[in-house]
Amino acid sequence: MKITGAEILLKSLVEEGVTTIFGHPGGVILHGADPASDHPIKYILCRHEQVATHAAEGYYKATGRTGTVMVSSGSGVTNCVTALTDALVDSMAIVVLTGQLPAVMGWDASQEADVVGTARGCTKHSFVVFKTEEIPRIIKEAYFIARSGRPGPVLVDLPEAVMADCVAYTGHPKSVAIRGYNPQMAGHPGQIKRAAELIAQARRPVIYGGGGIIHADASEELHELVEITQIPTTLTLMGLGALPTSHPLWLGMLGMHGLYWANRCLIDADLIVAIGSRFDDRVTGKACDFGTQCKIIHVDIDPTSIQKHVKVDVPIVGDVRCVLRELNKELRKVERNWARDFEEWHGQIEAWKKQHPLRYEQRQGVIKPQYAIDMILRLTEEYDPIIATGVGQHQVWAAQFYRGRKPRRWLSSGGLGTMGYGFPAALGAQAAFPKGLVLNIDGDGGSQVTLSELSTLVDYKLPVKTFIINNRCLGMVRQWHQRVSTHQPLPAGPMHQPDFVKLAEAYGAVGIRIERPEDVKAGIEKAINTPGPVVVDVVVEREENCLPAIPAGAAITDIVRAPAPTPDKSSQAWH
Amino acid sequence: MKGQIPPRRHILTLLVENQVGVLARIAGLIAAKGYNIDSVSVGETMDASVSRVTLVVHGDDWVMEQVLKQLNRLIEVIKVVDLTEEEFIEREMILVRVNADPPNRAEIFRIADIFRAKVVDLTHRTYTLEATGDEDKIQALLELLRPFGIKELVRTGLIAIGRVSKVPSSKLERVAGGDGEEGAKKSPAVAT
Repeated sequence: MKITGAEILLKSLVEEGVTTIFGHPGGVILHGADPASDHPIKYILCRHEQVATHAAEGYYKATGRTGTVMVSSGSGVTNCVTALTDALVDSMAIVVLTGQLPAVMGWDASQEADVVGTARGCTKHSFVVFKTEEIPRIIKEAYFIARSGRPGPVLVDLPEAVMADCVAYTGHPKSVAIRGYNPQMAGHPGQIKRAAELIAQARRPVIYGGGGIIHADASEELHELVEITQIPTTLTLMGLGALPTSHPLWLGMLGMHGLYWANRCLIDADLIVAIGSRFDDRVTGKACDFGTQCKIIHVDIDPTSIQKHVKVDVPIVGDVRCVLRELNKELRKVERNWARDFEEWHGQIEAWKKQHPLRYEQRQGVIKPQYAIDMILRLTEEYDPIIATGVGQHQVWAAQFYRGRKPRRWLSSGGLGTMGYGFPAALGAQAAFPKGLVLNIDGDGGSQVTLSELSTLVDYKLPVKTFIINNRCLGMVRQWHQRVSTHQPLPAGPMHQPDFVKLAEAYGAVGIRIERPEDVKAGIEKAINTPGPVVVDVVVEREENCLPAIPAGAAITDIVRAPAPTPDKSSQAWH
Repeated sequence: MKGQIPPRRHILTLLVENQVGVLARIAGLIAAKGYNIDSVSVGETMDASVSRVTLVVHGDDWVMEQVLKQLNRLIEVIKVVDLTEEEFIEREMILVRVNADPPNRAEIFRIADIFRAKVVDLTHRTYTLEATGDEDKIQALLELLRPFGIKELVRTGLIAIGRVSKVPSSKLERVAGGDGEEGAKKSPAVAT
């Protein structure tokens, strides 16, 4: 029997296990087919294509299952570009299906855009379907490419004629064979042995893990590695949750706004074990000064991430989970009293923690943003929540004070730093786990980038609890301007703010405002216990800065020269 | 780490899927990383589904490691080899239109003959020559023609193939008559 391309597409998606599609409909895609009527697919109508794509990222990060987006042609696709770029740098497995107008491209028809040309720089791969018969194979390949190797976004452009054409459906392919794409899973055994030898000899080692551990579902293996070797462990913004934050060897986040002792460990270490991380400039600072004093082992599935900025002594290309399993096997054979050997190193780290603690001082009057965020994280910890963030100061504080037990519970835009990521990422995660507690810790700036999604949350009864850490300006921008410029007024604010409580109510959600420190606890508890989507406007101190900090472009060692961070002296911006 | 070895010429040979947009991907990737392509040539292989792309890029070893890895990462790129790391044979073809006023015609013809170049078009005032050879030979020919006035120059871009023969390239040259046509990468610029 012959069926339309649109029907074949939906069948292929079901075969790939797709249960949820985020999208914004339009004239050409699906050609009248309905995903919900004959297929077990839930279609979530978002208010903007960027949001739909971020939602798919949130869905992927929270579940490990590839996120799916369906949008229409032209502006429908160009609106996705930001989120596609975000997904590319943060390695998010998503497939974006885009409608395309005519069968023949390049006619400059209404709502036509050079989609594949636009997508070239912001996807892992992109396809144009020229014939209806190709749909099952291309969908199979698209999902395979998105999820395997270093995950990333894949775009499939579907011209209208291809969707309308009727052909015989011959079933879904069982396997893929792409001769130019064969991600290496197992690490080189010789390299793994060399890594184990270096670890066995190290006196002051540190593990620096990244998002790759989460993507490879290798948290257990990381945990085991830490247990065997007793190596203190720091994680990047993208890697948070790979090790429980209650673990005694957990150092906290590293990097530009990482914890003092976590960065200090990298400076003083004699061995850095980098796992699924990519030596981003927010971690290394000035790359040429990074890690010159020590040996470096680097495990990553993406060969281009290795030796990109920093020279590595033992590179291991492979799936983090496969490599860690083999590495743990090797390390179990090592006869060494790890705990005793690292006693001095552990002691040194404890001393740094005491010297330069992460602290804030909540006084009477105005709410400190750190206090609000710390309280949100403390009061919700028992629910094992999924936490999404926007981008900016609140994101840094949430990462610094993060409490989490499991991977895939922390959603944040790292590589691209996309403001507005919080609402949609939380939406995507909540769509995957309708009964779980999903929080969005956002800023007053970022939340307004994608605020329209409150409608989607209300539409689909997705009970995301949003906390807007409201400092009436773009705090991170203000903080940097304050450092580099003496001009007033600063272009980062003050900004006129809408009444977030009324706004929430206008959308059909519940709005709560917290203005005094003594109301913080009760306000958070009220938000968690209120059914449906809630927006909490937490009015905080405007002039608070994120500390500690390594100035952009400076070497990581520069943090050492800075005096002890004193975030409680908020009037003194930086030192 | 960067800049330990000065930038040098690399000839990359790629086998790629013969599909719409593949060349754009390769060019886009190299441009996005901020590298310049000196020359590019593309053609089908014996297998019509596979094309061969020959790229000439300048870079130090650090840059080239990244370029190779990045190219390998493209889904439609099946294989990438840096020929500069091994023995290879390179050729480029040029069509060059040169001023050939009566007093110079004989001299230009002689130069063309020495370089095994052919006259493929002529007028009373110009010759159009076709020549092939490695980079050095082409460069030498152009240097010799330059004083007469080169009106137009069209180059194919370099193509290259790895050498599998174990016979040293210098010996092979002698067997082939030492005319430079069969010369390897270090062959003399102008044969005598």
